[in-house]
Amino acid sequence: MPLRKFEKVCEIINTYNKDKSKLIPILQDVQREYRYLPEEIMAYIATSLDIPPAKVFGVASFYAHFALEPRGKHIIRLCCGTACHVKGSLGLLEALRKRLNLTAEKHTTDDMLFTIETVSCLGACGLAPVMVINEDVYGQVTPVMAVNLVEKIMIEENGNETGA
Amino acid sequence: MNKKAFIYVDGIKAPINGERNLLEVIRKANIDIPTFCYHSELSVYGACRMCMVDVEGQGLMASCSVAPQPDMKVKTNTAEIRELRKIAVELLLANHEKSCPTCKRSATCKLQDLGRKLGIDKVRFKPINKQQPLEDASQVLVRDPNKCILCGDCVRMCAEVQGIGAIDFAYRGHDVAVLPAFGKSLDKVECVFCGQCARVCPTGALTAKSHVQEVWKALDDKNKKVVVQIAPAVRVAIGEMFGKEPGTVSTGQIVSALKILGFDRVYDTCFAADLTVIEEGSEFIRRVTQDGALPQFTSCCPGWVKFVEQYYPEYLDNLSTCRSPQQMFGSLAKKILPDDLNVAPKDLVVVSIMPCTAKKFEAARPEFLRDEIPDVDYVLTTQELGQMIESSGINFVNLQPESLDLPLGFKTGAGVIFGNTGGVSEAVLRFLNEKLTGNTQDNFEFTEVRGTEGIREAQVTFDGKTYSLAVVHGLGNARKLIENIKNGSCRYDLIEVMSCPGGCIGGAGQPISFDSDTREKRTKALYEADKMLQLHKSQENPYIKKCYDTHLGEVGGAVAHHLLHTHYKSRKRIHDADLSLMASKEAQQLEIRVCVGTSCYLRGSQDLLHALLCDIHHSDLKDKVDVKATFCFEKCSQGPVVRIGDKLVTSATLEKVKEEIESQLRKRQ
Ligand code: SF4
Ligand code: SF4
Ligand code: FES
Ligand code: FES
Repeated sequence: MPLRKFEKVCEIINTYNKDKSKLIPILQDVQREYRYLPEEIMAYIATSLDIPPAKVFGVASFYAHFALEPRGKHIIRLCCGTACHVKGSLGLLEALRKRLNLTAEKHTTDDMLFTIETVSCLGACGLAPVMVINEDVYGQVTPVMAVNLVEKIMIEENGNETGA
Repeated sequence: MNKKAFIYVDGIKAPINGERNLLEVIRKANIDIPTFCYHSELSVYGACRMCMVDVEGQGLMASCSVAPQPDMKVKTNTAEIRELRKIAVELLLANHEKSCPTCKRSATCKLQDLGRKLGIDKVRFKPINKQQPLEDASQVLVRDPNKCILCGDCVRMCAEVQGIGAIDFAYRGHDVAVLPAFGKSLDKVECVFCGQCARVCPTGALTAKSHVQEVWKALDDKNKKVVVQIAPAVRVAIGEMFGKEPGTVSTGQIVSALKILGFDRVYDTCFAADLTVIEEGSEFIRRVTQDGALPQFTSCCPGWVKFVEQYYPEYLDNLSTCRSPQQMFGSLAKKILPDDLNVAPKDLVVVSIMPCTAKKFEAARPEFLRDEIPDVDYVLTTQELGQMIESSGINFVNLQPESLDLPLGFKTGAGVIFGNTGGVSEAVLRFLNEKLTGNTQDNFEFTEVRGTEGIREAQVTFDGKTYSLAVVHGLGNARKLIENIKNGSCRYDLIEVMSCPGGCIGGAGQPISFDSDTREKRTKALYEADKMLQLHKSQENPYIKKCYDTHLGEVGGAVAHHLLHTHYKSRKRIHDADLSLMASKEAQQLEIRVCVGTSCYLRGSQDLLHALLCDIHHSDLKDKVDVKATFCFEKCSQGPVVRIGDKLVTSATLEKVKEEIESQLRKRQ
C-alpha cells in the first residue's frame, strides 16, 4: 500500500532530523520500504533535506546497493565473474532471459515476479557457475536446471494466486 | 617580518606570495602546467592528474592539490611526467567523440589543444564507451555526453558559484556521467541557463544552442527586414575572437560587419538600458514614497529572475517589474519600427547579440510573445556573431567603423556600463541623484558600487535620506544575501543581482577565455567607453525623451507599463515527479494532488497530506479518489496548495480540502 510506505518515508526522514549528512542511511531505510528508490521519492527526499535532486540521484546511482528501478518479488542473481564466465554463466543468463522474456536492458518481468541481476563475483568460485535466487545459493548450474528452478517458483506463485 | 619564501621551478627561483597551491606558483613563473579539473574560481578537485610535477624528495604530485613549501625543488618536465600526461590525454581521447572539425569548441577546446601540445599523433587505446544520445531539449544548452571528460568543472561551477547544483556526477565506473537529476533534460530541472557550466567546460560537452542558421535564413529572405540590437558587453569582447586584446572596444566594427552581413538596421541595447534606468529608477521612487515592497531587486538578468521564481517566490514582489533591456528593446522595436521602416509587422525580425545564454530563454518566455510571435525573434551570443563574421570571410579588424542607426542606437554612458557588475546600480544612482536632489551637477560617477567582490554594500544619501544598496554577482552570493535578509541580519533598499561572475561581461556567450584577467580588462573597457561618451545620464538621452513624447507617454504610465514592464510567477524546480499515494481501481476517481514542493512543504503540506490521507482512509471516499503528492503548482506564495479535480485550493486546510472534495463528488452524482 503506497500510503503506508510514504508515511514511513516521512518518518524515516524525521528520525534522521532532516540531516543532509544522513542521506545514505536515509536512502537505505527508504529502499527497505520500496525495494528500490522511486524517482519521486528521491525528489521528495531532496526537498525535505533541502539538497539538489541531482545530488540525491548522484549518490543513489553511485552505490550498486541502491536500485533505481522497481525490482521483482524474486531476485535472481547470476555471477559473471571470471570463474563463472569460464564455466558458462553466459549460457545461463541467455536461457533465463529467454524464458522470462527479458533482455540486457529489461531486467524485470512485467508481472513484477522476477528480476535478473548480474554481479561480478559472489565469492563462491569453486561452485561456478553460481546463481542465487533470493537467499538460496545454487552451484554448478546448467541452463536447464536454472530454468527448472524458475518454473518451480512460477508454479508456486500461480498456486498462491488461485488459492487467494 | 617574514623572510620572502621561494620555490625552485626547474632550477629557477620563484617567489611564494600566498598562492593557494603549487600550481599557481609555477604558472606565475611562466611555466604553463596543463590542467583539466583545476579552475581558479572553483574548489580543487584533483582528479584529472594532468598537473603532475616531480617534487624533490617526495616524488610525483598533483600540483593543484599541494601547498607550496619554501625551498621546494620542483621539476615540471621529466620523461616520466611527459609520458603520464600523454597517457592521460590518450585515454581521454580514446573515449572522446572525435568530431573536432564540426565541434563548436574546435578552436577553444582544451583537450584538442593539449593533444597537440603534447605531440600525440596516435591513440594507443580502444574506446570502451557506448555512444550516448545528445541532450538538446532546452532552447539554450546542448549536452553531448560523448565529449565529456568528467573533469567536474561544470558541476562545481553550478553548485559552488551559482548555488544551484542542477548537474552532478551519477553512476560509477564505466558508466560515470555528469547529469541533471534522474537523467532528465536541463529544461525539466532547476537550471537557470546561465551557461556558466559551458563557459568552464574544457571541451564541447556543454555548449549554447546556436540560432545562427535561423538568422541566416531571415537575412536571406527578401521580404523580411532584419534589425539587430547589440548588448553593451559584446563590444568589449568580440575582438578576442579576431586576435584583439580583451577590452578592445569594437562597436564601430561590429556595426560595419552587421551591415555587410545584411542587417537592415543596427541598434544598441544600451538605448533600452537607458530606458530601463528611467523606468526602474522611477519605480524605486514609487516604492519608497508609496510603501511598496523593498528592497527592490533589479530584473535585467534572466538567470536571476528564474532563480527567484524557483527558490524565493516570496520575493517576487520585490523584483522590479521592468523588463530587461533586451525585452524593452524588443517590444518597442515591434511597436514603432514597422511604421518607421515601412514594413509589415510580421516581416520585421528582431535579432539580439548578447553576451549571455539565458537571454535565449528570456526571449522565449510566454510573457514576451505577442500573438505567439516573440518580441525578440532570435538571440545570438557574442560567439555566434563572431562565427557568422568568420564564415562570411569579413576581415573584422580592418573594417572601417560605422555608426549605429538612430533613434534606437543612441545611448548615454549609463546604458553602456550596464554590462558590468555594479553598472545597473550606478546608472540608476545617476538618475536618482538628479530626481531626488534636483542636482544636475557634473560629477556623475558612483565608484562605491564598482568592484569585484561577490557581495558589495554601499550607502548613498540623497536629500537627507540614506539608502542602502547591495550589489551581487554569482547566484550563490545572491542566495547568501537573501538568507541574510531573511534572518534579519541585514536590510537594503536596492539590490542589483547579476548571475554571471563579473556581470554580463563575464557571460557564457562571450568568447571563451581561460585567462584570469580577461574579465577585468572587459570591465575597464566599459567604464572607459562611458567616459568617452558625451552623455552619462540616461535622463539626458534626447531620443529617450522623444520616445516618451511620441510613443510611450508618461514614465510608468499605461503604455509604458504595457510595453516595458512584466510580471513573474513562481516556478517548479523539477518536472514530472508525481508520487502516487492512494489510487482506487474505479475509472472515474477524483484526482487529488497535494503539493509537497519546498514552499508548500515549509508551510506544512506534509502534515496536511497526512491528515487528509488518514481521513480518507477511514471514510467511504477511499474508492472514489486518487491521491498523489506532486512538486509545485507554481503558486508557492499561497501554499499549501492542493488541486482537486481541476480546481486549485490555496492556503489549504483539511476542512477546506474536504469541503471541496465533497462538493465535487456531489456534482458528479
Ligand atoms: S546553465 Fe547555470 S544553472 Fe544551468 S546547469 Fe549550467 S551552471 Fe547550472
Ligand atoms: S561536461 Fe565539460 S565541464 Fe562538465 S565534467 Fe564534462 S568535460 Fe568537464
Ligand atoms: S588539475 Fe590537478 S588533478 Fe586536475
Ligand atoms: S511549492 Fe510551489 S505550489 Fe507548492
